[in-house]
Amino acid sequence: MTHALQVENLRVSFPTGDGGLVYPVDGVSFTLDRGRTLALVGESGCGKSLTSLALLRLIPSPGRIENGSTILLGDTDVLSLRGEPLRKIRGRRIGMVFQDPMTSLNPVFTVGDQIAEGVRAHFDVSRAEARRRALMLLQEVGIPDPAARLDAYPHQLSGGMRQRVMIAIALSAEPEILVADEPTTALDVTVQAQILEVLDRLRDRHGMAVLLITHDLGIVAGRADRVAVMYAGQIVEEAPTERLFASPSHPYTQGLFASIPRIRGPIGRLSPIGGSVPAPGAWPSGCRFRPRCPRAFEKSETMPPLLPVGPDHRMRCWLAERERA
Amino acid sequence: MTLLQVRNLVKHYHAGGLFRAPAPPVRAVQGVSLDIGQGETLALVGESGCGKSSVGRTVLRLQEPTAGSATFEGIDLFALDRVALRKMRRRMQIIFQDPYSSLNPRMTVGAAIAEGMQIHRLATGTAVGRRVGALLEEVGLDPGYATRYPHEFSGGQRQRIGIARALAVEPSFIVCDEPVSALDVSVQAQVLNLLADLQRDRGLSYLFIAHDLAVVRQIAHRVAVMYLGRIVEEGPTEALLRAPRHPYTVALLSAVPEPDPERQRARIVLGGDLPSPSHPPPGCPFHPRCFHPLRSERCRVEEPTLRPVGGTLAACHYAETTPSPEAAAAAVSPAAPEG
Repeated sequence: MTHALQVENLRVSFPTGDGGLVYPVDGVSFTLDRGRTLALVGESGCGKSLTSLALLRLIPSPGRIENGSTILLGDTDVLSLRGEPLRKIRGRRIGMVFQDPMTSLNPVFTVGDQIAEGVRAHFDVSRAEARRRALMLLQEVGIPDPAARLDAYPHQLSGGMRQRVMIAIALSAEPEILVADEPTTALDVTVQAQILEVLDRLRDRHGMAVLLITHDLGIVAGRADRVAVMYAGQIVEEAPTERLFASPSHPYTQGLFASIPRIRGPIGRLSPIGGSVPAPGAWPSGCRFRPRCPRAFEKSETMPPLLPVGPDHRMRCWLAERERA
Repeated sequence: MTLLQVRNLVKHYHAGGLFRAPAPPVRAVQGVSLDIGQGETLALVGESGCGKSSVGRTVLRLQEPTAGSATFEGIDLFALDRVALRKMRRRMQIIFQDPYSSLNPRMTVGAAIAEGMQIHRLATGTAVGRRVGALLEEVGLDPGYATRYPHEFSGGQRQRIGIARALAVEPSFIVCDEPVSALDVSVQAQVLNLLADLQRDRGLSYLFIAHDLAVVRQIAHRVAVMYLGRIVEEGPTEALLRAPRHPYTVALLSAVPEPDPERQRARIVLGGDLPSPSHPPPGCPFHPRCFHPLRSERCRVEEPTLRPVGGTLAACHYAETTPSPEAAAAAVSPAAPEG
């Protein structure tokens, strides 16, 4: 079966000052299907955002996608595209929503102009038709009084409204895949709840596939179908959401859960993971979590592959062999 | 014993200027009263623009108040002259959200931490270096880091440096302005534990300004919820989180994302945006977005005051019958109001 998106052994390299290379994304593989949400979860520097930029071939220079990586968008081999065909998948087939809506919107054009520009970039329609579609899109993302807001400038809107406009622009091309990179991180919690509802509704209505990139396990629960946890450029655990939350198995995932302050249940001292995420280039040999891992053992000095630990559940840790046995 | 007492604090910012017509003032703080005891943490919670940071900064006189009073150990903070204020700053410190922009990039970590103790003449000569080393150890850093520069450190380490810098003058009270919201979750937990340890060891009092109720639950003894410049509910942390009485607290609690699929209950999705603090609505500030089944004409005209209901103080005319988060969400959902 063809997936909406299939990523195989994705590696992104950056040159270092001393002539070497570092790999902030180092062998990432996943698939995503229509109408589904995959959450890519991790802390800063784990490689989750570079992974999403790689999908659109937007890795900033001098970084590059290494040979041997595969990105299939339906049947299209994204890494073989050049020029115009590549430009046509950006936005048109994969839409993107970023964390900060203020820096992604142009301050000197009205919201309506910016959405209509997106429509006309992808479809051969008149100005009037593009404006009509812009109005429908504003309605769809739940902006109150959309006809009046068409002529508003970004600074006249709140952060939540701007993020809705960004989603409308991403939707204007009717993409198959929506990549949402920390879409609510800059927003207040009550606004966050509104935006996440909009994304869920659009996924269900249009059968889009959503790649949700976040550091917040709280917004993943009950939203994503599947979760992949990233650490130091690699996926270290992946499972259906319910399964991952019911039995997180990789010591890093367990550490993340133990670090989260809870709004209910018994209250006690948090048990954070010691130390901090090492920078690319300072990764240890063997398992990259080894220096911070309370359960590291001799075998951790060899890099583990993703090993099965339960139904449709894999982790990059040798403990999987013991736990299955 | 009450360490800090604030009464009817008002802070307005005046918009407009030399070349612009005067605009209505931004009413950031509209009559806030609070008490913090020794060794106690009071969390001030609310969304952006609610005025919580303005309260913290005005109490420290980093900004001048528009009206109201504040006393610290009985001393009137708003009457202090420059010299007296500088002395008082030894007792009251602040930690900021962004550890990147709050440290001078050209100053070594050691010099940044030593600056306060030298200004207040708390140490001289070799004693300075010894105390800097001890402070770095106390916040969980290597004393050898004193000779390094801020850019060499991660966000979590910089926040620890900011904490060491605040501790250097041996304050008894620290305003923590969103101290963990820019940090990764594993680092956030480390810093929360550190703040709790320091409070236990040094008897510190905190005004903990935050937007995340789960973080607040971890660290605060009492919570005050702010909306449009006013405290709308206040009480002991567990009582307020277990049985919130103000509809805004209910909505805020319902919006907290929980890392538990079984807890994915229906949420209250508040309609509309926060009104502008330049044009706050009349009556109850929350009435245009309120979902309380009994909300009425009274809410539009009469501003409710804080009064004891259940285990907290709530500023709602109908606080006795405020629905629980679960009941409210069930009544509002699934057709959540749009926009």
